[in-house]
Amino acid sequence: MRPFDFQRADGLDHASQLCADGDSKPIAGGTNLIDLMKLQVETPQTLVDIHRLPMGQIADTDDGGLRIGALASNTATAVHDRVRSDYPLLARAILAGASQQLRNKATTGGNLCQRTRCYYFMNIDQPCNKREPGSGCGALKGIARLHAVLGTSDQCIATYPGDMAVAMSALGATVEIADTSGKSRSVAVRDFHCLPGDTPWRDNVLEEGELITAVILPPPVEARQLYRKVRERSSYAFAMVSVAAVVALEDGRFSRADLAFGGLAHKPWHDPRLSELLLNKEPSAQLFDEAADVLLDSAQGYGENDFKIPLARRTLAAVLAEATGMEL
Amino acid sequence: MPITINSQTYDLPDDPRVTLLDFLRHDLALPGTKKGCDHGQCGACTVLVDGMRINSCLSLAAMHDGDHVTTIEGLGTPAAPSKLQQAFVDYDGYQCGYCTPGQICSATAMLQEIANGWPSDASESLEGPMEASGAEIRERMSGNLCRCGAYANIVAAIEDVAAQEDPA
Repeated sequence: MRPFDFQRADGLDHASQLCADGDSKPIAGGTNLIDLMKLQVETPQTLVDIHRLPMGQIADTDDGGLRIGALASNTATAVHDRVRSDYPLLARAILAGASQQLRNKATTGGNLCQRTRCYYFMNIDQPCNKREPGSGCGALKGIARLHAVLGTSDQCIATYPGDMAVAMSALGATVEIADTSGKSRSVAVRDFHCLPGDTPWRDNVLEEGELITAVILPPPVEARQLYRKVRERSSYAFAMVSVAAVVALEDGRFSRADLAFGGLAHKPWHDPRLSELLLNKEPSAQLFDEAADVLLDSAQGYGENDFKIPLARRTLAAVLAEATGMEL
Repeated sequence: MPITINSQTYDLPDDPRVTLLDFLRHDLALPGTKKGCDHGQCGACTVLVDGMRINSCLSLAAMHDGDHVTTIEGLGTPAAPSKLQQAFVDYDGYQCGYCTPGQICSATAMLQEIANGWPSDASESLEGPMEASGAEIRERMSGNLCRCGAYANIVAAIEDVAAQEDPA
């Protein structure tokens, strides 16, 4: 690990000021950042310890939603009574990721900001436009098993690796962000992460010095909530494809179909055309296939990850069938 | 504020780069906690911080001021082993033994998590009470790898302790 200055933030404003310098990084759980610092993928001049700031609460909002503090651990969120009863999708997605040891340390804010596990990003001897802009993308013509099939660019085909944010995207959650002047702004989880485009080094919309303070879940709705994660072993592995679904039927037709996907793109993938297609229609195998056509109409494989395209189609169909009580 | 490890207090290291794992092993001569992958993938370095299991390789010692850490040395001794330590011996829950301290620290916290009614990815319902079934133990222990593949006996040892009235 490269040497760094270690600073303890004694409040949110102090933390924002300390983090405003581009060479500083906030640290809370540290499970991703310390790993990347050991690999010298991350080499901050200053680490700003925010883990003892009072931002770990999980509390009801006035309108019946839930505010999950940025420093709430993944474990605290997954076992919270209201998360289990009203947002089971979120509990399931968190429990499907990492190990208990990691979930005990990982925080809401850190999980949203975790970096890709692309092998080329994590190896400083390899080219990577995300880590070293302009150095090229090793994955484009290399080992691309984990990689994206939607929203890629000729600069980067990395995936966002998390599960929690995929559930938050389907649930329509909002990220609450504080800037260096103490002002707060809100960004939908669906808009928080970026596509690589020509700026693959940019994972999300946070500006320098901005810190996530919470994620707000909207009031719960009457719906089936499912998280299906397909991976290469049954525990403690990243998603090849995952589907988060908030689905309801009325009179045998879809009255709600909020879907988000992990493992397919540089961000939790949400395509508003899917709910437009599904709403007010009766569930059927043919409809699910049409939904997959829409989801995947721009999908592109890179050799080793070609399998993700049919896998996403089948996983989507399986989740919609389970959510609507159909047998395929 | 100092750090408390197995009921003894210590000053934190000056170098902020020192992980909790290296602090335990190198600075405090508590080598029971093992360095396997050093990247949070194998669980050999698992310790308890205020009762919660974490990977000590992915945590900076400097961030543990005021915390209470329990390592394998703090769970029991050869003369007075904890129930899980004894069960790993009885069931031959290891081959080379390198992952064993992490397995036992992890399982110690896992039994408490089950007692708390906390769900896992293997739980049919998110609501408690939770059972210490074989499937649950395998899922909940998936952050601890055993290179020798002694999993069957590791699960048997944990199942035995979980079935006792007071697993602690």
